[in-house]
Amino acid sequence: MQYLVSVIDDKSNPGSTDRQPAISAFNERLIAEGYWVFAGGLADTDAATVIDNRGEQAVFSDGPFVESKEYLAGVWVWEAPDLDVALKLATEASKVCDRKIEVRPFV
Amino acid sequence: MRVIDIRDAITQAHHAEWARVVAALTRRFGDLDIAEEAAAEAFATAVERWPADGVPPNPGAWLTTTATRKAIDRVRRENKRDDKQKEAQLVHDDPPEPLGAIDDERLRLIFTCCHPALAMETRVALTLRMVGGLTVAEIARAFLVQEAAMGQRITRAKAKIKAARIPYRVPSAEDLPARVSGVLAVLFLVFNEGYLATGPDTDPVRHDLTAEAIRLTRLIRPLMPEAGEVAGLLALMLLTEARRTTRVSASGELVPLHEQDRGAWDAALIAEGHRLVREGLAAGVAPGRYQLLAAINAVHTSARDVRDTDWSQVVALYDQLVRIDPSPIIALNRAIAVAELDGPEVALATIDRLDDKLAGYHAYHATRADLLRRLGRSQESRAAYDKAIELAGNTAETAYLTRRRDQLG
Repeated sequence: MQYLVSVIDDKSNPGSTDRQPAISAFNERLIAEGYWVFAGGLADTDAATVIDNRGEQAVFSDGPFVESKEYLAGVWVWEAPDLDVALKLATEASKVCDRKIEVRPFV
Repeated sequence: MRVIDIRDAITQAHHAEWARVVAALTRRFGDLDIAEEAAAEAFATAVERWPADGVPPNPGAWLTTTATRKAIDRVRRENKRDDKQKEAQLVHDDPPEPLGAIDDERLRLIFTCCHPALAMETRVALTLRMVGGLTVAEIARAFLVQEAAMGQRITRAKAKIKAARIPYRVPSAEDLPARVSGVLAVLFLVFNEGYLATGPDTDPVRHDLTAEAIRLTRLIRPLMPEAGEVAGLLALMLLTEARRTTRVSASGELVPLHEQDRGAWDAALIAEGHRLVREGLAAGVAPGRYQLLAAINAVHTSARDVRDTDWSQVVALYDQLVRIDPSPIIALNRAIAVAELDGPEVALATIDRLDDKLAGYHAYHATRADLLRRLGRSQESRAAYDKAIELAGNTAETAYLTRRRDQLG
């Protein structure tokens, strides 16, 4: 079972910026224990571009698809046998990243 | 067999076997939705067939077999419609998993329904449906929501359990204490909603819910004999339930503890509750929240007359409770006991400090109103009664508060 694990940051109350060493160590463990599928940090939402080509011509808009105080700062994809395992890892991940985490299953 | 006996047998089988049938099928088919539907169909078949064929010698086995057949039929139908993928469910045998702290099918079911990834109100609804066997309509009525909305909530929960793969198992020993306390919170909520039902068109006390909460707590108790808080919660429910019939007057008004007819309390429930409290104390482990609340109720139910109440014992128990649960509501209840021990003035000074936290809670204003009344401060008391009446959601409580307000000089 694969889960998308989103790291959520808060513009008005951002998590601390010194987490990278802890995150790297946590990633090493995810790999060693067989949960790691993919991970990546994301650039600022200002760097996003939304493309809508459902109409006659493609429209590009500057910025993220939704403006909000909270935003996606990075993602993991984990392979875990069930939600309990994913939630336990996510509980640690939240501490490690000093940010909120959303766990969402792939279909 | 007479029709009425058959009906009794079906009701009894429903109480005794529903959760077991749902649990067994969930285990086999790995799908709560299939399990629930097949169990419901099996009971419907029993209603059809038992009056003619008689009650089978082992109703539980009959129901499980019938439900399993219904489930297999459904999976086959879906396989024809969809793909062959589901065929696996018919032959699929889970590898034996390492034995959790306790091994019981119903327990798995309870832990799944009370999973922390589900919203609290969803856990309550799902537990009442899957474990308690209440219909969606009954649950909707109990919580004053439309049947369609309640059906949707339960359907969404089943879909989440499946999509997110919420496991169907008893948590590991290290997670067990936290998860057990989650289950108890659900059962306590069910009980409380029954005991002080909200809503203008609802009976003030919903016996179906209090009875169901007690039944479910009894069900899980032997499965978790080590957990003192399970016995504590059961004792608390029993000692509260024992007073149920004296709690609302013939005219539909709430009767406070000190005015209740103590002779009409249920002696058998009180005896059982007292025994559980004593056993808890004898275990020598520091009592938890439910055990302390049960002990407080044991003090009250030990007093033949309200004047015999050992208020210093009640306050001492609340002191212990405040240490493990420093919530303003516990502080409020402690103050009510303090009023009996040290007088209303001391209690009022304590609860006035809770104003910023409890201003939206009817019991806070009702307590203030009563203390102000006892201090002869009628005008302030009236204002507090007004506020309490405005916030109270229980019909019997509103009636009581209105009378007390109107009695003020």
